Amino acid sequence: MHLYNLTLQPPTAILQAIVGNFSGARQQEIIVSHGTRIELLRPDPQSGKVSTVIATDVFGSVRSLAAFRLTGGSKDYAIVGSDSGRVVILDYDPKTSSFVKLHQETFGKSGARRIVPGQYLATDPKGRSMMIASMEKSKLVYILNRDAAANLTISSPLEAHKSNAIIHHIVGVDVGFENPMYAALEVDYSESDQDPTGEAFNRTEKMLTYYELDLGLNHVVRKWSEPTDPRANLLVQVPGGQLASSDRYDGPSGVLVCCEDHIIYRHMNSPQHRVPIPRRKHPLEDPNRGVIITTAVMHKMKGAFFFLLQSEDGDLFKVTIEHQEQDVTALKIKYFDTVPVASSLCILKSGFLFVASEFGNHYLYQFLKLGDDDDEPEFSSTNYPGDGMRDPSSPLPREYFKPRPLENLALADEMESLDPIIDSKVLNILPNSDTPQIFAACGRGARSTLRTLRHGLEVEESVSSELPGIPNAVWTTKRTESDPYDSYIILSFVNGTLVLSIGETIEEVQDTGFLSSSPTIAVQQIGADALLQVHPHGIRHVLSDRRVNEWRVPEGKTIVTATTNKRQVVVALSSAELVYFELDLDGQLNEYQDRKAMGSTVLALSIGEVPEGRQRTPYLAVGCEDQTVRIISLDPESTLETLSLQALTAPPSSICIADMLDASINKSHPTMFVNIGLQNGVLLRTVLDPMNGQLTDTRTRFLGTRPIKLVRVQVQKSPAILALSSRSWVNYTHQNLMHFTPLIYDNLDYAWSFSAELSPEGLIGIAGNLLRIFVIPKLGTKLKEDVIPLSYTPRKFVTHPENNYFYLIEGDHRTLGQDAAQNKLKELKQAGKRIDEEVINLPPDIFGRPKAPAGTWAANVRVIDPIEGKTIAVVPMDGNEGVFSIAVVPFSARNNELHLVVGTAADTTVSPRTCTQGYLRTYKFVDDGKGLELMHKTELDDVPLALLAFQGKLIAGVGKSLRLYDIGKKKLLRKVENKAFTSAIVTLETQGSRIIVGDMQESIQYVVYKAPENRLLTFADDTQPRWVTASTMVDYNTVAAGDRFGNIFVNRLDDKISDQVDDDPTGAGILHEKSILMGAPHKTNMLCHFHVGDLITSIHKVSLVAGGREVLLYTGLHGTIGILMPFVSKEDVDFISTLEQHMRTEQPSLVGRDQLAWRGYYVPIKAVVDGDLCETYARLSAQKQSAIAGELDRTVGEVLKKLEQMRVTSSGF
Amino acid sequence: QSSELRYTANTQLEHLHARYTGTGHADLSKYEWLTHQHRDTLASIVGHPTLASYLAIAENEAIGRIKFEMTERMLQPCGPPPRKDDD
Repeated sequence: MHLYNLTLQPPTAILQAIVGNFSGARQQEIIVSHGTRIELLRPDPQSGKVSTVIATDVFGSVRSLAAFRLTGGSKDYAIVGSDSGRVVILDYDPKTSSFVKLHQETFGKSGARRIVPGQYLATDPKGRSMMIASMEKSKLVYILNRDAAANLTISSPLEAHKSNAIIHHIVGVDVGFENPMYAALEVDYSESDQDPTGEAFNRTEKMLTYYELDLGLNHVVRKWSEPTDPRANLLVQVPGGQLASSDRYDGPSGVLVCCEDHIIYRHMNSPQHRVPIPRRKHPLEDPNRGVIITTAVMHKMKGAFFFLLQSEDGDLFKVTIEHQEQDVTALKIKYFDTVPVASSLCILKSGFLFVASEFGNHYLYQFLKLGDDDDEPEFSSTNYPGDGMRDPSSPLPREYFKPRPLENLALADEMESLDPIIDSKVLNILPNSDTPQIFAACGRGARSTLRTLRHGLEVEESVSSELPGIPNAVWTTKRTESDPYDSYIILSFVNGTLVLSIGETIEEVQDTGFLSSSPTIAVQQIGADALLQVHPHGIRHVLSDRRVNEWRVPEGKTIVTATTNKRQVVVALSSAELVYFELDLDGQLNEYQDRKAMGSTVLALSIGEVPEGRQRTPYLAVGCEDQTVRIISLDPESTLETLSLQALTAPPSSICIADMLDASINKSHPTMFVNIGLQNGVLLRTVLDPMNGQLTDTRTRFLGTRPIKLVRVQVQKSPAILALSSRSWVNYTHQNLMHFTPLIYDNLDYAWSFSAELSPEGLIGIAGNLLRIFVIPKLGTKLKEDVIPLSYTPRKFVTHPENNYFYLIEGDHRTLGQDAAQNKLKELKQAGKRIDEEVINLPPDIFGRPKAPAGTWAANVRVIDPIEGKTIAVVPMDGNEGVFSIAVVPFSARNNELHLVVGTAADTTVSPRTCTQGYLRTYKFVDDGKGLELMHKTELDDVPLALLAFQGKLIAGVGKSLRLYDIGKKKLLRKVENKAFTSAIVTLETQGSRIIVGDMQESIQYVVYKAPENRLLTFADDTQPRWVTASTMVDYNTVAAGDRFGNIFVNRLDDKISDQVDDDPTGAGILHEKSILMGAPHKTNMLCHFHVGDLITSIHKVSLVAGGREVLLYTGLHGTIGILMPFVSKEDVDFISTLEQHMRTEQPSLVGRDQLAWRGYYVPIKAVVDGDLCETYARLSAQKQSAIAGELDRTVGEVLKKLEQMRVTSSGF
Repeated sequence: QSSELRYTANTQLEHLHARYTGTGHADLSKYEWLTHQHRDTLASIVGHPTLASYLAIAENEAIGRIKFEMTERMLQPCGPPPRKDDD
């Protein structure tokens, strides 16, 4: 088996975001890290929308990002710390729209190791140096400068190591233009490691240490080190230094030390200030829990600065420092607003706050005000004795605030994110769909969702209005060349034409010069200010003064089809003749003296747009009934000569020539594509050679069951093609690469561009007798998401075999269930406490739920109708039970009646895994599955993490044991048990009497159930330990599984052993066989192995294209959706692997990680080709492309075609 | 001469041990080995974003909190060392 890995949806989690002027223009941009991918985002200050400029896979794991700017520079660079053992400085080049690696400095081994730097990054605010640090000991300082040619230079590293020190955080201290200084939060473990009494451990102090880079001596010294709060976790830079122009200080310099419950201002040789972190005034708040700050951002404005600190609950606090020159007089904190918990916050100068959520969608907020003049209580360090530092070891009195809806911020934009995907299913259950949908259970806590993902582009409809009849075509046109917007909508019916004018309202007009008594074939705004209508009996040239020049078709003939552009008109007559017209310089339409006889009825015609600065386009494509397409010259030297001919497999129904940019073919100029739609629903896309009119590089694609209609439209100011069949598709250029994506919309019969003041980038279409105006808002996306909200973190879901409902279990740890919370509130009320209803009723999806102690659970079983997209029923769990597994089981003892079994456990803690009691809850389906009725609960001794229907019974993985249950009157009855598993059973799969068990730490094991002897026997396992998270059976002997470290692998059992085990009726043979390596008597072989880089949460064996081959689709925790597709032939394997090999050398990783080492992070990559790397071939320079293609004995077009074909045939994406 | 060689080899080894924290040696005690293992694991959880997210979901805590607690635990992941006379 050889597999091809392709990412369909790259990870959407944002782990870090930095802001800067990366393109060197005035506008600020954001670089975000998705872990294995970096993306440049550009927020538009006018519209408040975020758009992606470029996204690149880095084939490594990005752990830290920092922006810096050289002194006096205007452009920011990005420093990337990764698991490559190298530090990389990236520059965004707006010309080529790509990241350029400026420097790559190696300092250690690859991998996210304890003592290899990469985890933390800090920069000097003046851009003179940077520090990169590891979790323990190592800190390296690099000096950054520019050389004579103004290029960025980097020095060799200077060590600031401290042995036996655990590093919590580092930050650059703002000291103006004095020697660069870094602050580090460190803990030394050398003494506590030596002291058996544990006293040294208790005495261990967390040190705030300043490291100074002496630029003169080229040396780093430990300048200052003082103990600080033992629960400090984060440092924030405080502005400082003097302005060059005046003596005024920008700020007091120093750092904010964020600790549990407190914020301390700290600087060398200056008094400390401490304020408490205000707590939520929530009656259910756990008073024993501290609050920490998880993210912080500092913002400098003219002459002032402030901080926004976010607590782990999502509350933003505004912190200000009052200072006189360098002396701090007060540290103040107040509640600002509440937004989702972020992994990074970015404040933009244009007044926006970008919140990269740690889970779920990301948001862009606009600042309405800065919380200056409101009555929110402010807590100042001056209100406490000794500025809050009289007794640093004891906490300050607690202060409270009341959370409330947004007041200072307003939501501007939302970026969809699947992160985290916890479970998924791939099914085709939506009506009118020929491809399956992916149902993904995403999110955490109250922001969880079940999302339906469909391949295609979202369409936003603005108008849908009924027409008097059923038109067969629609056009829009401007009146003159210089008009910004369209003026008329022309609808052609079987027996007439209707013209509508676009104004305040859309209404019918008569006096346009268009012939209304006949259908229309083509409409064109021609020349400077004239209009053109082609109808079956002639061509009307409507001049600006409403005079009409009409060319009439000779008697007995009609026009069957036509094509037009701004200066040229070609019509085909029913006599299979072509008539060519061209506009002369006076604006007269002149017929070319000869007519061209085609010999076969013309079905379709197309000419491209007139190229800028030219008189005409030189090529005409003609599709005839004899299943050919001919390219005919329109050049004056060789007018109407046939240049080339292409044979087709079916008669053409539509042709469209369009000049579109596709960087994989030509980086700088648009390529002329001839798109040929056939009557059987197949689309051919060929490239027209501009030199000789030859057609090359044909690619085919099946679009639908109806004859294709092709329309050239404008999408986001660049040409695109709409292809209409039984589905509507759009072919467009996005980020310089060509995309071909279906629209998720009703079938359209015809469509055209539509541009009006309110919708400058719209499209107009007809579907039956409906006229529709719509836009495609999110170009570049491949999946449309429909969201069903959930209340808690989804865990698993199952489908019902008879109805289409989903049964989903959702549960949150450290959360009080609805009933438990109500009871507690009641108790509090009875105890005489005043309860603030407003705080209790705050929406949990924004504010979260109050954190309860570990071992507290809130959980539901939810019944969802995925077709309607709504929840039908919610069954809450009682008794502090968390939900862990679910299965629909047809119990044969009950005539195969379906039952829902839910595995729960009470008072569960996650680490270590304990519970007071596990349960299997057995439910009956009532009301056709819309409701559930609890039959009984079966007590267990451990947490049931996996359930599966098996031969009319239930197989359960309860902690370390695998058990078979049958249904009883009051309980499930345990039939047999196998306790030979080491950690915990997490996945179960079955075929026949074979059960595939995924162990939490010990990989995949093969178990067989021998019914005659009632034995569950493990007969094969893996030679490697694997922390399995998801698995699926590929066939009877083969299993694909994913593990916690981001690997995906395929294991196979030898056929012989499989037969031998199946032939043994009692299992006695297996029972008495000698175990190998302290495990099962047989071992599986690893066939394939690949490191995806995202934690695999589910794997499915599905076919994504109607009639396509089956592939393995996997989902990753951070929102990755990818496929592994088996190669069909040995030639393909050789070809693509050789290409991959070349790509490895030609396309080095942006973070300096070796691609081969990355894909073999834990286990060497085996029999899997990295399709993501191969597809970057399209982005290589033409020179490199042809060099590689030459090595492969192919043309560049053939390589690209092969790559596209691999993608299209397996996924349709 | 051979003793001198051994001497230099030893100092080199010591130097390497000082340089590469976490490297084992012949006289490593069970406690030291375990502590190294735990510290490596904890650093790996903080250093691999997917692992930190995974734990954060399981524990229902913020990722920042998970990273903080993991880093805190690196100080003494396996309790105080055993008394010298115990082993």
